[in-house]
Formats: sequence, C-alpha cells, structure tokens
Amino acid sequence: MLTKRIIPCLDIKDGRTVKGVNFINIRDAGDPVELGAAYAKQGADELVFLDISATNEQRKTLAHLVKEIARHINIPFTVGGGISSVADVAPLLEAGADKVSVNSSAVKNPKLIDELSKSFGSQCIVLAIDARKIDNQWTVHTHGGRNPTDKKLFTWAKEGQERGAGEILFTSMDHDGTKNGFANDPLEKLHRLLTIPIVASGGAGNMGHFIDAFLLGKADAALAASIFHFGEIKIPDLKLFLHERNINVRL
Amino acid sequence: MIQIINYGLGNLGSVQNMLKRINITSVIVKSPKDLVPEKIILPGVGSFDTGMQNLLNDGWIEALNEKVYKDKVPVLGICLGMQLMTNRSDEGHLAGLGWIDGEVLKFQGNGLKIPHMGWNIVRPSTEDVSILRSDKSELRFYFVHSYFVSVKNHSDQLGVTRYGNDFTSVFRRENIYGVQFHPEKSHKFGMMLLKNFASVKC
Repeated sequence: MLTKRIIPCLDIKDGRTVKGVNFINIRDAGDPVELGAAYAKQGADELVFLDISATNEQRKTLAHLVKEIARHINIPFTVGGGISSVADVAPLLEAGADKVSVNSSAVKNPKLIDELSKSFGSQCIVLAIDARKIDNQWTVHTHGGRNPTDKKLFTWAKEGQERGAGEILFTSMDHDGTKNGFANDPLEKLHRLLTIPIVASGGAGNMGHFIDAFLLGKADAALAASIFHFGEIKIPDLKLFLHERNINVRL
Repeated sequence: MIQIINYGLGNLGSVQNMLKRINITSVIVKSPKDLVPEKIILPGVGSFDTGMQNLLNDGWIEALNEKVYKDKVPVLGICLGMQLMTNRSDEGHLAGLGWIDGEVLKFQGNGLKIPHMGWNIVRPSTEDVSILRSDKSELRFYFVHSYFVSVKNHSDQLGVTRYGNDFTSVFRRENIYGVQFHPEKSHKFGMMLLKNFASVKC
C-alpha cells in the first residue's frame, strides 16, 4: 500500500535556508544541502525547497544549488519559487530536481501549467495554491499570500488538474503559523473533487494534527516547516506515532 | 562499470549520483557508437512515444539490441525505461523495444489518485529474488507513474506492488531487468537494488 508522505519545507534565500533551524549534529544550519541530507536521513519522504529570493539575478544561483542538493540527497525533491516559463524549469530538472512547483505565475497565466506538463510530464508539475477564507469563500492569493485574486480554491484546483498538474500543494493561510492543525475540511473537499495527489500545508502544531490531515482531510502527504526546523517534532518520532495509529508510513 | 544511456529523457544525474554513493563507476553514453559490452541502465522520465522516438532518431535500437541479445549484457530499465522494454503502451502509438512480452496500461480510476506517487512496497514474486535481494522483510521504493507494466509470462515477473490491483513493479528475463520505481530516489533500498544490479554476473 502507498504510504502517506511527510515533507519538510525549506525556504531558500540567496542560496541559504532562512528561518531558524534548531538541529542537533548540523554544522551549518543555513546550508540547504546539509539540512536536506539530515532530513533525508531522518526519514523524510520528500523535500520541498522554496526559493524566496527577491530578484531574478539572485535566482540564477538556484540551478547551481539544486545540483548540489541532488548530489547529496537521494530522496525526491521539489523546487519552487519564481518559476514562470518552460525555460525556467528545464535547468532545474536538468540539475536534478524531481518536481517543480508553480504558484503566482500559474494564476497569472494558467496556460503555463499546460506548457509545463506537456514539456516535462504531469508527474513533475506541482500546483501550489495559497488560499484563505473570505466571505465564506476559499480565495486564492498570490505573491506569498499578499494579493487576493478572483480565483476560488476548488475551481482553480480542478482547473489545474485538467491543465495537467500532477499534484496540488494546498496551503491554508488561515491555518499557516497557527499550530492549530491543518485545514481538514477544504482538504477533504479537494480529495473528493480531484484525482491527483494532494499535499496538506499550513497549521501543523503537534503529531495529532498529521493524523487529522490524513484521516479527516484525506491528504496524501503533509508538509511542514518550523515544527521540523525547531525540532518540536522529530520525523522518526512522528513516523512511529503515525505507524502506531495505523497510518501507513515508510519507517 | 555501468553505462547510463542518454537519449534525452530522464534524470541521468540522479542515477549517476546514486551509483557514485555506492562506489560504482558509471559513464553517461550520448551516442550508440560509444556503447561497449558493459552493463547498461536505461533511465527515463517522460512519455512512451517521445522515448521510443528519441531511441529511433538517435540510432539506439540496433546498438542496444546487439548488446542485449548478442553480448548478453545485463540491462536495467528504470520507470519509462522499463516500460519501453515491452511491446506497446496505452500512452502511445509506437512499438516498444519488445524485449519483454507485455504491455503498458493506464491505471484506472475507482478513487485511485493518479499518478501513483510516493513510497510503496515491492513484494518479491519468485524464490530467485535476484536484484531484490535484501536482509529487510519489507522493501519500499519511490514511485511516480500513471501507467504500469502487465507482463504476459508470469515467469518474467520478479516483484509486484499493490495500487488498486497488483501490478508488475519488477521484471526480469535472463539479462533484461526492469523496475517501475526510481531506485536513484529510494534511499537505502535504492542503493541496495543498484548494488545488486552492479554485482549481477555478466
């Protein structure tokens, strides 16, 4: 049986991880390569590297970094941030990334999803969606959640699937950072609506929240950042906790 | 030494990195004329017809057939590389390499998420575990695919995986091996499998 995936997310700026990282046995907590390798060793099922560099110039270092990551990490990883064309993606996949995620640029130009999936295959195109509830409607936001759009979560996710996305990474901005658990209701609705895998993101605060995301939210994978970085939840403990509660995970 | 075929599809770097980690020398071969009678890995990420078309355009097929049938070189297909070794695919119109009697079918709905993406179990289906040899009781590998191989002869099947139904996740006929998952992304089990392939006798 296919296992539920646990995915740490690393924010990268100018080739370094940002946000504090609190890890034993790490010499350089800012080094994405070393940090990623440590997570892989602990049993992370995949990794996501999100480039939040401000300018395209700084972003050019990304392909080089991806190459380094691929040299040292032998689990799948996704790279995202600022990708807006086929030309942006080719060097990242060539450098060894397994998947790329698109967000704001796909909202602006939905055909991008068709172009990317046609060029590289659906399996490596992740549609990341940031949304929050406004007037009882899950409203898609872009640019790191700063700009509300006229797109709604469920129709946009469905459109993304039809255009060829291979996976949806849904971040609830209402839950992100709260540590009160994932957005299980919309996750479950996405699950009923779509036939591609769904990654839950935003809100992880304790190990029970992952159980809820898998059982209530029916998520295929769960992503978190700070609780892993600060060592509040250790991946081997989480995997064991899930296993003991009959969630199928890779131990 | 292992030769990794570069036919314009697939994550060659990841395969080479993984081999490096287990101290196995490899070389990426860009042209069929550079092939030597040594082990071969046929990787691949992409669509069936693009894969076959690239093999045809670049003149790989004759060279590969010679290595596989005449020199009996052990060859390992990974993901699309495995699928190309069969006769045909639901995904395309071109004929496959036809090294293994079988076809490639699309996963069918019934609540199944497609692609089949993530870590799943491979159960050896014969006593001769061959490249699945391990001291672990459960083998987990990383999969990403929407189509799967169905072999005609059960004797060619080396491992099965359940996703909806059981499908052939590993096959072998003599010197021809194929795996649907990505050993280069499968951490410890991936290293084990590639080590096993590297120690297969020519």
